Amino acid sequence: MNGNPGQDLFVLLSGVAILLVVATVAGQILRERFSPDGTNAVIENLNARILSWWGMVTLLALAFLAGRTGVVLLFAFCSFAALRESLTLTAKDRADHWSLVACFYLILPFQYWLVWTDWYGLYSVFIPVYAFLFLPILAALRGTPQGFLTRVSETQWALMISVFCISHVPALLSLRIAGFEGKNVLLIAWLVFTVQFSDVMQYVWGKLLGRRRIAPSLSPSKTWEGFVGGTLTASAAGALLWWITPFPPAEAFALALVVTLLGFGGGLVLSAVKRDRGVKDWGSLIAGHGGFIDRLDSVIFAAPVFFHLVRYFWSST
Amino acid sequence: MEARGWIRRAAAFAAGNAILLFARFVTAVRPVWAGAAPEPRLRIYFANHTSNGDFVLIWAVLPRHMRLRTRPVAALDYWLTTPLRAFVGRDVFNAVLIDRRPEHRTADPVATMLEALDAGSSLIIFPEGRRNEGPAPILPFRSGLFHLGAARPGVELVPTWIHNLNRVMPKGELIPVPLNCTVTFGTPIHVGPGETKDAFLARASAALLALAGAEAGSGAGAAA
Repeated sequence: MNGNPGQDLFVLLSGVAILLVVATVAGQILRERFSPDGTNAVIENLNARILSWWGMVTLLALAFLAGRTGVVLLFAFCSFAALRESLTLTAKDRADHWSLVACFYLILPFQYWLVWTDWYGLYSVFIPVYAFLFLPILAALRGTPQGFLTRVSETQWALMISVFCISHVPALLSLRIAGFEGKNVLLIAWLVFTVQFSDVMQYVWGKLLGRRRIAPSLSPSKTWEGFVGGTLTASAAGALLWWITPFPPAEAFALALVVTLLGFGGGLVLSAVKRDRGVKDWGSLIAGHGGFIDRLDSVIFAAPVFFHLVRYFWSST
Repeated sequence: MEARGWIRRAAAFAAGNAILLFARFVTAVRPVWAGAAPEPRLRIYFANHTSNGDFVLIWAVLPRHMRLRTRPVAALDYWLTTPLRAFVGRDVFNAVLIDRRPEHRTADPVATMLEALDAGSSLIIFPEGRRNEGPAPILPFRSGLFHLGAARPGVELVPTWIHNLNRVMPKGELIPVPLNCTVTFGTPIHVGPGETKDAFLARASAALLALAGAEAGSGAGAAA
């Protein structure tokens, strides 16, 4: 049956809005209780995060309403902001100027144009193959050998993380799944919800029960209790949402487990990069959360694998 | 005449906002108030100078009510060379224009800057006197900052470090690379009683340089 995602999307967004209303009320009660003069940093940060969530959910909902073009543009902008954040921290030299210009003004728009036009054969290899070979040539032409391998590797890594991986979220729109035609936007909604809900629940479980730290030198806030509680709660939520996906409940649970575990790994890896570069956040544009990469770290790692699993097992393209 | 003045003001307003929007798009610039609060006091912000966009970033992070009362000090011999530059320098940025060429001067630069201060405007100055294009983090300061501070001891001299803009647009490049930038405002200094020019300039230079190390990358954001 050819579906219209509108009704399912409306139910999901209403559910998220209810969660946010509960979180907002709880945040305000906590503030009344423990931080009436705004001096408790944890509670102030919690409320800033909740407020930012309202903004992010609204933007995503508007993009869904605007359809394919809206979704592609939204994630292209996320990639732009993420690339700006990641290249701020990478090693670079004056000689890399043209490579960096190419990343922003050629590679990023071209990758999203390919996604927008559904050109799977090219968008899945464009950055790992063509950009991978082309950018070092451009850097070499400017002829500064100092730190060359470090510079080209870090530039490529920034592109993979910020553009290639993130572009696999809107790429979900191009999968053709029998009986799910026209409803692919729900795959994005399900993925983003499950992965982000896992982050939130890891934070909540960690704050409530967290004692044993997983990697104290990378991320002081990641605990075993938060990790187990968060991934299991979010995987259960992902399974309960099976009706908006093309997957039966058990498979929805398995996929949710995969994406939440990858999401956790993404948070850990991108924390390691931050620690190495001596910064606390990737940026500052999302109040309470930090930068775009701070908020998208788990989606970055989950999206490409989710895309390929669904494509291999469910899609006919 | 009246209508033309009105059109010129509207064009300057639109151009100013377009420049600010572009600067924010490319640099996501963020202020770090690390010693001076964003308060509308009479100040001289003295900053490192690596790019033509330096002043725009300081302007972009100041709250609007402060931005409207803060004027950059710029070289007349650069900004009045073409009509477009003159429009941007005078009408958009409302710059205090001083002549770097002693033989052409009709007014003393320090007197021109004091006049702007006395009229209630804070100033942005680049005491290195020209763009720093070398490997040294900072060039020797010219003496203007000392003369201003000595003549108006009540004015706060705020060291202001612009981080990363030299990477956004290295010298000789035409296209800016988007990278996150920060502007760090340090603790205000004053010319001490009886302090010599050289001692003060060394102290001012050290105060500015101290901010360079404090802000690596884009970090030190909100609590996570």
